[in-house]
Amino acid sequence: MNTWIAIGVTALGCYVVKLAGLLVPAQAVERPLVRRLAALLPVALLAALTAQQTFAHGHTLVLDARAAGLAAAAVALVLRAPFLLVVAAAVVVTAGVRAIGG
Amino acid sequence: MAQQTAPPDTSAEDAHKPDSAVVRDALGVGVAVGLSGFAFGVTSAGSGLSLLQSCALSLLVFTGASQFALVGALAAGGNPFTAAAGAFFLGVRNAFYGLRLSQLLALPRAVRPLAAQWVIDETTAVTLAQPTRRARRLGFTVTGLTLYLLWNLTTLLGALGAKAIGDTDAWGLDAAGPAVFLALLAPMLRTPTERAVAGLAVLLGLGLLPVLPAGVPVLVAALAAPLALVAEGRRRGRGADDAGRSDEPDATDGADGPGGSARSEEGR
Repeated sequence: MNTWIAIGVTALGCYVVKLAGLLVPAQAVERPLVRRLAALLPVALLAALTAQQTFAHGHTLVLDARAAGLAAAAVALVLRAPFLLVVAAAVVVTAGVRAIGG
Repeated sequence: MAQQTAPPDTSAEDAHKPDSAVVRDALGVGVAVGLSGFAFGVTSAGSGLSLLQSCALSLLVFTGASQFALVGALAAGGNPFTAAAGAFFLGVRNAFYGLRLSQLLALPRAVRPLAAQWVIDETTAVTLAQPTRRARRLGFTVTGLTLYLLWNLTTLLGALGAKAIGDTDAWGLDAAGPAVFLALLAPMLRTPTERAVAGLAVLLGLGLLPVLPAGVPVLVAALAAPLALVAEGRRRGRGADDAGRSDEPDATDGADGPGGSARSEEGR
């Protein structure tokens, strides 16, 4: 039930902001500070999420095969690999490290 | 042939970008990103969501980062509202895409509620790259349609596959989520302010993880954005002060030479 609540709230919220962008007159959100904040907010969230989903296990911080996978993804990004290849590199390296590490 | 008929002017050449080229651009992005719905389906099912729940997310939310964030937060035991809040904040950027797109596409009001669901990173990127309104509308529609269909189809396949695969962690699929986030984040880290925001957010997100309820550290980490803006404003203000102060000594130095000698003469 909790999961359905989360899905419902997220779906509604995400749709409303998409629609708002198309309907709101541009000058209402054109203020430089608002635009700047909107550009920086995803940076903060994505960075925190990347770190958490790589180094967290529940409430504890851990260093495991995911870190190697993320490093592989970073290398792929530096080499300008396409999106799918970046994700594949992370998955394959993580699985590989786990297979070797037992 | 095209070279003979098109004037050498590049903007005019751009304006004659054939529909087939727009469709090719749009399909390239739509297919590549659409296929990664598979990673979402697997991750979602691996996080304990049912097949129906995973598919509902792709059908109704349809903004990848928010979906990954939501299932990640739910898997970590976050309560539904903090999990949804994190996903929502990630979706807020789509409002700003919508602002740009509504000017570029000039959609009729009746179409906007339908088009809204397709307002995401990829459709915006393709639309912005097109030279004319016709090409923009075509690019937006083809990218949106391809991505929506494929993303939902591959979500279904991924969620079904997750059961067949068994332990998704053994296959390294738990690394797909963070890799997607990193791929979305990397092009945003162009200036020192963006990098500072990312660094501070990582510190907050990891540092607070052991002490705060699941999902909350990410929301606190979002504060890195306004904090960086305040710091940037301060620095800019102080930079202006510094410039003012450094001007002053220069001015007094210049006046000091003769003034000093005048004073020393007085002292004599």
